Amino acid sequence: MSSADIHLHQDHSHDHDHDHEHHELPWIRKYIFSEDHKIIAKQYLISGILWAILGGLFSLIFRIQLGFPNADLSWMKPVLGEWIQNGKLDPEFYLAMVTMHGTIMVFFVLTAGLSGTFSNFLIPLQIGARDMASGFLNMLSFWFFFLSSVVMFSSIFISTGPASGGWVIYPPLSALPQAMSGSGLGMTLWLSSMAIFIVSSLLGSLNYITTIINLRTKGMTFDRLPLTIWAFFITAIIGVLSFPVLFSAALLLVFDRSFGTSFFLSEIYIGGEALSNQGGSAILFQHLFWFLGHPEVYIVLLPALGITSEIVATNSRKPIFGYKAMIGSILAIAFLSFIVWAHHMFITGMNPFLGSIFMFLTLIIAVPSAVKAFNYIATLWRGNIIFTPAMLFSIGLVSFFISGGLTGIILGNSAIDIQLHDTYFVVAHFHIVMGSASFFGMLAGVYHWFPKMFGRMMDERLGYIHFWLTFIGVYIVFFPMHYIGIAGFPRRYYSWTGFDAFNSFADLNELISIAAILVFIAQFIFIFNFFYSIFKGRVSSLNPWRSNTLEWTTPLNPQHGNWPGDIPHVYRWPYDYSKPGHDEDFIPQNVPFSKTPHSNFPHEKDLHE
Amino acid sequence: MTTIYILAAVVLIVAILVVIFRLQVLSAVLKGRYEKRVGIGNDINALLFLIIFVVGLAGFWYSYNQASAFFLPAPSSEHGVKTDYMFWFTMAILVLAFVVTNALLYVFPIFYKFKEDRKAYFYPDNHKLEMIWTIIPALVMAGLVVFGYKEWTAITSPAPKNAEVIEIMGKQFAWQVRYPGADGVLGNYNYRNIDAINEFGIDMNDSASYDDFIPRELHLPKGKPVLLNIRARDVIHSVFLPHFRVKMDAVPGMPTHFWFVPTKTTAEMRIETGNAKFNYELACTEVCGRGHYAMRFLVVVDEPADYEKWKAEQESFASVNRDYAAEKAPKLVSLLPVKKTADSTSTEAPVTTPSTDSTSTKVDSTATASK
Repeated sequence: MSSADIHLHQDHSHDHDHDHEHHELPWIRKYIFSEDHKIIAKQYLISGILWAILGGLFSLIFRIQLGFPNADLSWMKPVLGEWIQNGKLDPEFYLAMVTMHGTIMVFFVLTAGLSGTFSNFLIPLQIGARDMASGFLNMLSFWFFFLSSVVMFSSIFISTGPASGGWVIYPPLSALPQAMSGSGLGMTLWLSSMAIFIVSSLLGSLNYITTIINLRTKGMTFDRLPLTIWAFFITAIIGVLSFPVLFSAALLLVFDRSFGTSFFLSEIYIGGEALSNQGGSAILFQHLFWFLGHPEVYIVLLPALGITSEIVATNSRKPIFGYKAMIGSILAIAFLSFIVWAHHMFITGMNPFLGSIFMFLTLIIAVPSAVKAFNYIATLWRGNIIFTPAMLFSIGLVSFFISGGLTGIILGNSAIDIQLHDTYFVVAHFHIVMGSASFFGMLAGVYHWFPKMFGRMMDERLGYIHFWLTFIGVYIVFFPMHYIGIAGFPRRYYSWTGFDAFNSFADLNELISIAAILVFIAQFIFIFNFFYSIFKGRVSSLNPWRSNTLEWTTPLNPQHGNWPGDIPHVYRWPYDYSKPGHDEDFIPQNVPFSKTPHSNFPHEKDLHE
Repeated sequence: MTTIYILAAVVLIVAILVVIFRLQVLSAVLKGRYEKRVGIGNDINALLFLIIFVVGLAGFWYSYNQASAFFLPAPSSEHGVKTDYMFWFTMAILVLAFVVTNALLYVFPIFYKFKEDRKAYFYPDNHKLEMIWTIIPALVMAGLVVFGYKEWTAITSPAPKNAEVIEIMGKQFAWQVRYPGADGVLGNYNYRNIDAINEFGIDMNDSASYDDFIPRELHLPKGKPVLLNIRARDVIHSVFLPHFRVKMDAVPGMPTHFWFVPTKTTAEMRIETGNAKFNYELACTEVCGRGHYAMRFLVVVDEPADYEKWKAEQESFASVNRDYAAEKAPKLVSLLPVKKTADSTSTEAPVTTPSTDSTSTKVDSTATASK
């Protein structure tokens, strides 16, 4: 195996030399249709940032409606046009915003923007490969994503509005254009966009898996992989196994919508007529959807946890506590993520016995999750902590992971879920544990690897301000939603004032909306810092965080192929921080044991060379 | 014109901020801030974590006390008391875990912030410790699973034989309820029978249909099991009775059920909450379209005697729509009940308003009145 690897590498570098005749790739091949994983990563990152701005903006529109239900919104008319009627937001447009916010954030920002960016950027650099296994498929993956983005983006501008049935697009609501205007062309575009997105995701994931298995440099065994790579690896496997199921669900929905089949439709009377569809099951769609939908939560979260593991260890100047337990818990979470999906469906009327099985399996997930949280905290203990912006965001992630994870124990209990299902308690839970935590992982990753991406440093003071505003703001936005949920407020409500039971908490909703607006504005500190630093940031040193992983052994601005000479070999695990007996507080992975005689443990000696 | 001024002001402010930012970076470079491994920022950040923790806990305490005044009143159903107890019991464990873990997370920064002369403690693992924090959560989870399983099985067990059967149907955008009448049996239905008059699609050829009635409010007897037969006729809705801790999806083509025992009458709740206008409500919790937020239906819990009286006063669907019934099932005309007194129909007028389009929200007065 390893000899084959070396052979591959030699071939590759040979090609590289050969290219020298052309000297430079044309601009369009270098920056647009690039096959270089680093450029593709940046393409994903910048698309992700743009989508995040849009997704955030949409959330502000509906937060304004919820926080200020009586406000005159005529000032939005120049942008929203007919969606504002008599100074009020159209209720269907409200639902469209909710739907698009969810879709954009889950798929376009936290899947493509997070995994796409960091899997692409870090896998070859951290395992010691010149590029992805297939640069061409990698390029295709991004451009499929781009195409899917264009389709989704275009759906915002059509007169009937984008898909509006919630990001879970449950039929029959999503299947019948009579049911709501967003279920017409908007839904068609949503389904087309997602189908293309799934292709992109699969091309990307297969590439990540292949690369990690085949292109590790000499000495980079699986038990020496940084936890980032483990997380990306498992994430990609989850993606490959679950996204096709969403594809099948989308395909069957397309059939129901356009070709008169009855997979999800049965006994429906709508718009003054009884439809001929019979025998379908609306609940079947939910099973298929959540078979992706729940693993998707971990597709979003695991890369963030991997990034955090790396950053917390580096900046605590300590090995990550329980490296093997961390891998074990990733594997356990990944496995369990496939067999808990129906906890989203406790009250759909499915067999109660099935409900109890899913409650049992769901609560088991708390165990590996708890192990991860405790291990992060144990890594901080007796560390020598440097609070870089990346470290701050990582600690913030751990806090969110705990706060949001704990409420999952309540929601996973089917008996309690009867009351809390589809209330704001759920909204609070998943926005903290999945939304904010993953977002923080992404931001931490950007702050941490920015020097490797652009050869310059981001301004750390702006990073601090960005962190504290965002961290406090996120808690102010999402923590009170627990109270609103306990009071029974249902999700996806345009207004609650029609109910006596939900006629309270107007002040709290106003506070949440104001905080949400401020958090959104605070993100522009980051966006300024990001774009400004690309061009004007201080030039970085080669290894600014004194990190052990291989990416910091490349030149400041690595060209295609990453290392100008031979790929470094790996001799040790990536977490030799503050090792007793060594004069520095870090020993990079490419330093052989023979060079560090004073710090070696008895079992540590070089196996090769 | 104002827009231009605003834009100009924004551009100016941004430009000023950029210049200030640039100046402070340059001065920091001159002062040599970037030459040291960590700056004063490290101490400030470490301290901020501690401050945020203390302030955050205080905020948690304060906000909880403020918000809890607006939580739902104590449950009005037997199982609700148990699930609420389970919720708060679980919550107590979680708050404990939340405070302890966050305390460590926020206190460690100040204790272990970077010092040039110190080296971190190389501590890659400790199997004993890891076993402890694997096993403890596992045991707690096992306890919660058993606790939850017991309640869940009880709640979802088959309804008692003597349960009052009531049908609830969701449509865009209103709820409708149907009672089986004196015979205690709901007549058959078929979605193909649905039309402007017959919103439920009741089968008029089924003799059990003739005493079914369709009131404007959901009445429930106190202290008696109630079985809700739930369905939807267009998209998925979800029956949510927040005061009873009841929720169940209404799915087209797949009838669902939920049974529970109401324990407090509306009158009792008015005294308990000190709100003379208190009413139980039924809401929709599965997004179903533009009127999702307006599917309010009034729920009344009566003393059993009042409930029976109310039932007896109701005019059956067939009786209200005699011509319709006669046309649909000419052979069963003899079954048509005699009209009750005009008095009772005027107070509880059954649904007779014809509706041609299900998207029209005018059909149900409660839905529009709720705005």
